[in-house]
Amino acid sequence: MSQAAKPGTAEPWRDPAAEPFLRIEKVTKRFGDFVALDEVSLSIYRGELFALLGGSGSGKSTLLRCLAGFLEPDAGRIVLDGQDMAGVAPYARPVNMMFQSYALFPHMTVAQNIGFGLKQEGAARAIIRDRVAEMLALVKMEGFGDRKPSALSGGQRARVALARALARRPKLLLLDEPLSALDKNLRESTQFELINIQERTGTTFVIVTHDQEEAMTMATRLAVMDRGTLAQVGTPSEVYEFPNSRFTAEFLGTANILEGVVEGVEAEGVRIGSSELDFDILAEPAPSKPLGSRVFVALRPERMRIERVEPGSALGDNRLVGRVRDIGYYGDYFLYYVVLEHGKEVRVSQPNLRRRTERPVDWEDTVAVTWDRQASMVLPE
Amino acid sequence: MSPAARRRLVLALPWAWMAVFFLVPFGIVLSIAFAEPSEGLPPYAPLLRWSGEATAVLQLNLANFQLLLEDPYYLDAYLRSLRVAAISATLCLLVGYPMALAIARAPAHRRNLLLMLVVLPFWTSFLLRVTAWIGILQDQGWLNGLLLALGLIAEPIPLLYTDAAMYIGITYCYLPFMVLPLYATLSKLDPSLLEAAEDLGARPWRAFLQVTLPLSLPGIVAGFLLVFIPAVGEFVIPELLGGPSAQLIGRVLWTEFFQNRDWPLASALAIVLLAALVAPIALFQWRAGR
Repeated sequence: MSQAAKPGTAEPWRDPAAEPFLRIEKVTKRFGDFVALDEVSLSIYRGELFALLGGSGSGKSTLLRCLAGFLEPDAGRIVLDGQDMAGVAPYARPVNMMFQSYALFPHMTVAQNIGFGLKQEGAARAIIRDRVAEMLALVKMEGFGDRKPSALSGGQRARVALARALARRPKLLLLDEPLSALDKNLRESTQFELINIQERTGTTFVIVTHDQEEAMTMATRLAVMDRGTLAQVGTPSEVYEFPNSRFTAEFLGTANILEGVVEGVEAEGVRIGSSELDFDILAEPAPSKPLGSRVFVALRPERMRIERVEPGSALGDNRLVGRVRDIGYYGDYFLYYVVLEHGKEVRVSQPNLRRRTERPVDWEDTVAVTWDRQASMVLPE
Repeated sequence: MSPAARRRLVLALPWAWMAVFFLVPFGIVLSIAFAEPSEGLPPYAPLLRWSGEATAVLQLNLANFQLLLEDPYYLDAYLRSLRVAAISATLCLLVGYPMALAIARAPAHRRNLLLMLVVLPFWTSFLLRVTAWIGILQDQGWLNGLLLALGLIAEPIPLLYTDAAMYIGITYCYLPFMVLPLYATLSKLDPSLLEAAEDLGARPWRAFLQVTLPLSLPGIVAGFLLVFIPAVGEFVIPELLGGPSAQLIGRVLWTEFFQNRDWPLASALAIVLLAALVAPIALFQWRAGR
């Protein structure tokens, strides 16, 4: 349930006339020989909840630290609301950060933590008190103002960290893996709360995460990062349904990658001859793939069906035959590991729709795996 | 052997150590403090005396303590010693804090080297190091020579046998005791706290005052006490570098013990000093523990 899917939500990134709120222009950052960011360019619009998604070493945290001002890019520009951030110290930026460890000051109370930023501005005591109360209410932590951070649970600390980061009304809020320390249930409920607070305050959020579920649920748009570059930028559904490379297809969600050669373009779609096995892959019309070109096709496990067949059953269009090597039981779904004739493995998931003791497909069964042509994602790469 | 018994056995060793090398000597000193001085060896009268057949008489002599309170000579020495120790500990803090901070912020692979440099002076004899300062500070010493050569002074400034020389010596010798606990606290400080302070608008100096300094308070207290306590009774450094007028408690103790051979009075001096030091520290520990 991403925000972008909601009807009526503005999508300024589709409007070529819209002025980006945050412009990252060809930002490069090196650590010795290691290129952490390689000419990264990205536009983020006012009010977005933008997720930077990537594995460790992808550069997502480096980019966030460049935005916060803890790191100065070696090349390129960061422009926030028309103001060039080059040479602006972290304490002078209209940017605040929610740290991964929360970084709450252990010697101060919750209220002092939240009021810290306003105190630095020299705000009057009464103003700080009111704003702290307002922030405590925003994160539903009324009555906790006098506690020390050590007397709070993990979820409460996350709320205080968020309140502290929002107290100065930053133009841009950076969130560094904000929920990674929380357990699953708390993480999910806190995700929705974060979205809620983001909508209510209208602050632009940039969130760094390695958790694809977190990025998918929360973000208006996300960027998948790989080795210092942006592999793909788009709404969660765009990136999930139309991955532009093997990397994004496999990074966001699970994907089976098949390889083939374009053999023909028919009325209903593209016919791709598998280069691994004797079968054809049908796909919807793919963007300009010439005849004879080698392509990769990504298939989501949940878009494939599995059924038991007689041994020796034939392959066909969008039909694979193999043997069930393993079955993963996840409660809400089963994940089948099907080994094909030549040893390649595909993963097929099936929702666990009924309580039952007998599975229709069992270990070592010979199975046919089939899918619709719409499910074949021809990768542009 | 049950685990509980084994535990007791393991703990018995440090307890025995403390008893033999701390509690028993303390008891001896305490008993001497209540004894009468006398001619002979040892130069004090026993506390327990047999009178008649089977009765022992315990005679406690409070005159030593009375003298300490009445004679301003001793009180002056105490106060002077406390002041010297406090100033020395403060000097160590002022010099040691930036050192500890710099080591804690140094790249990880260099920290051990820097820490080793801090404790390196311990590898030479303490007396040798203090004596070396005489060579540096005396009128024909290196420091005056350097200042003369640079033309900053026309004639040597008297440094040796002054309070300044004493403070230099104490600060120099006790600096590691300040740097090490400070480093231990500062290196454990989460660097993201400082980033958070800066991110929230605190300039580096204010971030230091509001975050680093208060969070390093345990290290400051530990380092201060580690310098202050031995510095109160310091004898060698004031004797070798300080002025002749400096009547510190260390010298008074020495005089009473070895020149006047008044062991009971010297013991009473030591007991009062111990009580004066232990009471505030115990109070601090008790408050910190709550």
